Amino acid sequence: MGRRLAGLFHGRPRLQAGTLLAAPLGWLVIGYLGSLVVLLISSFWLLGELSGHIEGTTLEHFDRIYTEGVYRAISLRTIGVAAAVTVTDALLAFPIAFYMAKFARPRLKSVMVVAVLMPLWSAYLVKVYAWRTILSEDGALNWVLNPLGLHGPDYGLFAVYLVMSYIWLPYMIIPIYAGLERIPDTLLSASSDLGAPPGHTFRRVVMPLAFPAIVAGSIFTFSLTLGDFITPELVGGSTQFIGSVVYDNFASNLPLAAAFTTVPILVMTIYLLTARRLGAFEHL
Amino acid sequence: MRLSARQHFLLRLSAFGVLAFIYIPLLIIGIEAFNEARTLTWPPPAFTTEWFQRAFENTGARDAFLYSLRTAAIATTIALFLGSLAALGVSRFRFFGREAVSFLVILPIALPGIVTGIALNSTFTKVLGLDLGLLTLVIAHATFCIVVVYNNVIARLRRLSTSFEEASADLGATPWQTARWVTLPNMRTALVAGALLAFALSFDEIIVTVFTIGVGEETLPQWLLNNFSRPQQLPIVNAVAVIVILLSIIPVYLAHRLTREEGSAAAPRGGGAVAAAEATAAP
Repeated sequence: MGRRLAGLFHGRPRLQAGTLLAAPLGWLVIGYLGSLVVLLISSFWLLGELSGHIEGTTLEHFDRIYTEGVYRAISLRTIGVAAAVTVTDALLAFPIAFYMAKFARPRLKSVMVVAVLMPLWSAYLVKVYAWRTILSEDGALNWVLNPLGLHGPDYGLFAVYLVMSYIWLPYMIIPIYAGLERIPDTLLSASSDLGAPPGHTFRRVVMPLAFPAIVAGSIFTFSLTLGDFITPELVGGSTQFIGSVVYDNFASNLPLAAAFTTVPILVMTIYLLTARRLGAFEHL
Repeated sequence: MRLSARQHFLLRLSAFGVLAFIYIPLLIIGIEAFNEARTLTWPPPAFTTEWFQRAFENTGARDAFLYSLRTAAIATTIALFLGSLAALGVSRFRFFGREAVSFLVILPIALPGIVTGIALNSTFTKVLGLDLGLLTLVIAHATFCIVVVYNNVIARLRRLSTSFEEASADLGATPWQTARWVTLPNMRTALVAGALLAFALSFDEIIVTVFTIGVGEETLPQWLLNNFSRPQQLPIVNAVAVIVILLSIIPVYLAHRLTREEGSAAAPRGGGAVAAAEATAAP
């Protein structure tokens, strides 16, 4: 039986590949891409006022999302925070990534890599909660700042920016570190042997080679910020973001919520296409 | 690249500054969990381990914990199966659209969680007419867990030469025997690492969970979210938060150890750390 089967597969690479890929691709194409299509279709639904049943199709939700001032302001605010978080994380991540990749001794390097990796996925919710307690009126931050005559940020836009920068930071450090690690040390020695001061080597050799890795990291900081609604809920006060509007509406007005998700999908599609052109995909 | 002593000092300072920035909030919540006061006061007036005991006795938290374990275990099993099949197919064959497979696997985690959540929710409830429950939650979790298994296994297969498999076939082994006795043993630690990471990812997830969990059911993060706004639960919430941190950090650490040892055998100086970092962080 085994031999007969083996004979059937022998010399038929397409059949072999197809058998291996059928289940995972079926799951992802039918299950996941199918769901995204359903999401897109549901944004055209016209629901009955009372019944909540689908009564037809309409462009009304798209019209509201893309023309009404409130939604436009929320979209711009969310994209703005995502951009600010991405820039902040790139600035914070670069020095530590550079130090780990090019200056730390092997032992320290591996300790630092583990130290950055461990909190990468851990307890996203707990991290937001930790900041909620830190930023609270009687929290640790005000305990430090009050004696200096200062006051920490209240729950609101700045707190959301701060907490998101914190949470997504490891997602930026790791790709930049891996990207810098790939730059041969000899390239840096060659640059300084040819008389370039460190600043010059950094700008003309390190940065151009590390740039695609920074873009790769930014995909995560940007995307994760765009869709988050837990951070705004816990530290955002009454400030609204795309995620919070989608979450608030999905039970009562699914088509509107679905139409609003096209904003992050559109932004991320453009972002991913640009990132691919910049060569970031080799660093994912 | 030789830095001046001052430049080197500044770089080192900012590197450790960032590391401190990452850990201080986790440390603060760790200290808060032992705070004797029932409210969030800083600094804590006195310390106690009472809240951990109360957290273990809290039936809501315990049920949520068990529900999280069950969800993560099933989702991990599915992801392990689908992710390793996809990795084998992509790494061992050349075909049109091969790049698209990698992209498709990453997509559920590259798109904002809210998109994945609401898309699956409307498919389950509006198209398939399913009631939300363990089944829908597990399907959702498995979908975004595939990528971590896939990344770990494909990284291993890339380093593993196909000549072992060819030798096995030349010596008369059936494809099944080759898979069982050659490919699988070589993939074992990558599978374990992938499974640990998938488990941690599922255990910790909240955004997609909110959209796909059944009415009245709670995972541990969902329990936390529901109890943040209840002041009388506050000390127990802090203790549970610390437990969640530990349970999601430990699998990541173990997965890193597994992939690092194998990586350092292949590339002695530092290369192992990179390979492991990439495999662990890969989304």
